[in-house]
Amino acid sequence: MSTKGKVHLPVGQEALEVKGWFGAHKYLVLRRISQAFFLFLFLMGPWFGIWWVKGNLAGSMTFNFLPLNDPLILGQMMAAGHWPETTALIGGLIVLVVYALIGGRVYCSWVCPINPVTDGAHWLHDKLNLQKGWQPKRSARYWILATVFLVSALTGTIAWEVVNPVTMVHRGLVFGMGFVWAMVAAVFVFDLIVARRGWCGHVCPVGAFYSLVGTKSLLRISAVKRDDCDDCMDCYAVCPENQVISPALKGKADVTPLILSPDCTNCGRCIDVCAMDVFRFTHRFDARVEAPSDAVSNPESPNRNAA
Amino acid sequence: MATAAKPKHIDRRRFMTDSARMAAGCAVAGSLLAYVAREAKALPDQAIRPPGALDEDAFLAACVRCGLCVRDCPYDTLVLADLGQDGPATGTPYFTARDVPCEMCDDIPCVLACPTGALDKGLTDIEDAQMGTAVLVDQENCLNYLGLRCDVCYRVCPMIDEAITLDLIHNARSGHHAIFAPIVHADACTGCGICEKKCVLPEPAIKVLPVRLARGAPGEHYRLGWEEKDAKGAPVVEGIIDLPDRLPGPGTDNLAAPGGYIEGLVDGLPSTPEGAFEGGFDPVFKLPEVTR
Ligand code: SF4
Ligand code: SF4
Ligand code: SF4
Ligand code: SF4
Repeated sequence: MSTKGKVHLPVGQEALEVKGWFGAHKYLVLRRISQAFFLFLFLMGPWFGIWWVKGNLAGSMTFNFLPLNDPLILGQMMAAGHWPETTALIGGLIVLVVYALIGGRVYCSWVCPINPVTDGAHWLHDKLNLQKGWQPKRSARYWILATVFLVSALTGTIAWEVVNPVTMVHRGLVFGMGFVWAMVAAVFVFDLIVARRGWCGHVCPVGAFYSLVGTKSLLRISAVKRDDCDDCMDCYAVCPENQVISPALKGKADVTPLILSPDCTNCGRCIDVCAMDVFRFTHRFDARVEAPSDAVSNPESPNRNAA
Repeated sequence: MATAAKPKHIDRRRFMTDSARMAAGCAVAGSLLAYVAREAKALPDQAIRPPGALDEDAFLAACVRCGLCVRDCPYDTLVLADLGQDGPATGTPYFTARDVPCEMCDDIPCVLACPTGALDKGLTDIEDAQMGTAVLVDQENCLNYLGLRCDVCYRVCPMIDEAITLDLIHNARSGHHAIFAPIVHADACTGCGICEKKCVLPEPAIKVLPVRLARGAPGEHYRLGWEEKDAKGAPVVEGIIDLPDRLPGPGTDNLAAPGGYIEGLVDGLPSTPEGAFEGGFDPVFKLPEVTR
């Protein structure tokens, strides 16, 4: 139909042709490996009796030496009126610092056990060509986060933990499932039928919390070669938080190509799916924009970093 | 001025409605969450928390459900509550004494493992633990109470002779034997549940209950006169006259109560049979006759 030179190919088709399957799925594969790895660390004990890591994502102990604790849970604990012991405080602080450096939502895309579930739901959603469904504002999750703290303070319990699918699924996998499958199914169905990208993109207060943690994080995606962008929109199609792309990709010459929104999960799918290799991982002080690769010389390229 | 203000005005209005909608949604979701969180506070009676656990309300504010206590328990006593199981708040640690009781480890590894203080590090001697209190709930089926010598709960108790003693009581059935009644002393009982585990009955006659169920509480102002007297070494109220104790039996001022009737006192009833006493009980032993 299209009289233009470019036919609208299925999402990722172009990248597949240009970069091959692995090139077009590199970060996806790495992420799945990372998710499996972090799960496996916890499963080595119960499965093989190798207790390098004990506990679960809410709190763990590695080599009987390194405590790690979920800072969101510690926050709710303090709201509920309990001051944690030093071990948990140190564990929480380590996690906080790490995610503050590498990007809070790296937790979401590289560690969280719910992420494969919601990714799967989104994949099927695409295949079935379903409606977007209910799309509450992206800010809804921050409201929910605030509510969680309020309820913790009012009830004197760590409130979100009675329903949190993230820790429940992880605990279920490591300590025994019980009815946790129902929880997984609920999140899947919610994302598939009720709201596209609903859980992680609009609701989950854990994701919202880690967004806040990573506001100033160093590790960033940058649309360095944005001048090469051929407007195929594939990155928008694969990005779980696609509102973060435009400011960087479509920014004027004096706007940073860095995706600075804390909502970006650093999943790297945009890098995978872009046939033009527009995006890459870099740090937040690297605001370079590279010249378009087909132009022999482009005088307006190096833009100064203002921030 | 009006043209510039209009979009701003609309913006602000939209912002306000959006926020109001969001707040309302959160109020609903928050109430639901609060409801579920409060529901989760209901701890079933057979679920015993690990040693050193803060009291249930404080515990639910402190435990992150990491399971480190579970992992460090060498006897696999502790488990984390499954979701949807009719048990304690999901993911929190507990044990069921009849399945695996607490073996009362000297070094209390579960408490040491807890990163948050949900299990209180102040507990350094496991014998001070108060996970629950054993209660001999069924005297009708307890073999010792039936007059046999089972004694199992007493013998297995790590706090033998402190937490459980065998107290002799008269066996009224046989008339001349003793019942070795297992008596739990709540102050010493740690609630480890070994007695419940080892009770030989198909359903144990002795069970560990949460302290809140197992124990009553005296009125704050109650004093035990005899203890006060012992402590003081003299009558608590000075100059009080110690009246003679009244004993049951003839010669006291008992009313005509079970045992016999005085003729004519109640219409239509036969007179007291010959030899029956005239009121009160027939005493087990008689005071020596005193001639006044
Ligand atoms: S948003 Fe929540 S559920 Fe989704 S990946 Fe992040 S933490 Fe996990
Ligand atoms: S004292 Fe020992 S047996 Fe008892 S719960 Fe703790 S670790 Fe387990
Ligand atoms: S170690 Fe402490 S915080 Fe972790 S599950 Fe046990 S009691 Fe809860
Ligand atoms: S629970 Fe039973 S065995 Fe354990 S200390 Fe108490 S009386 Fe003894």
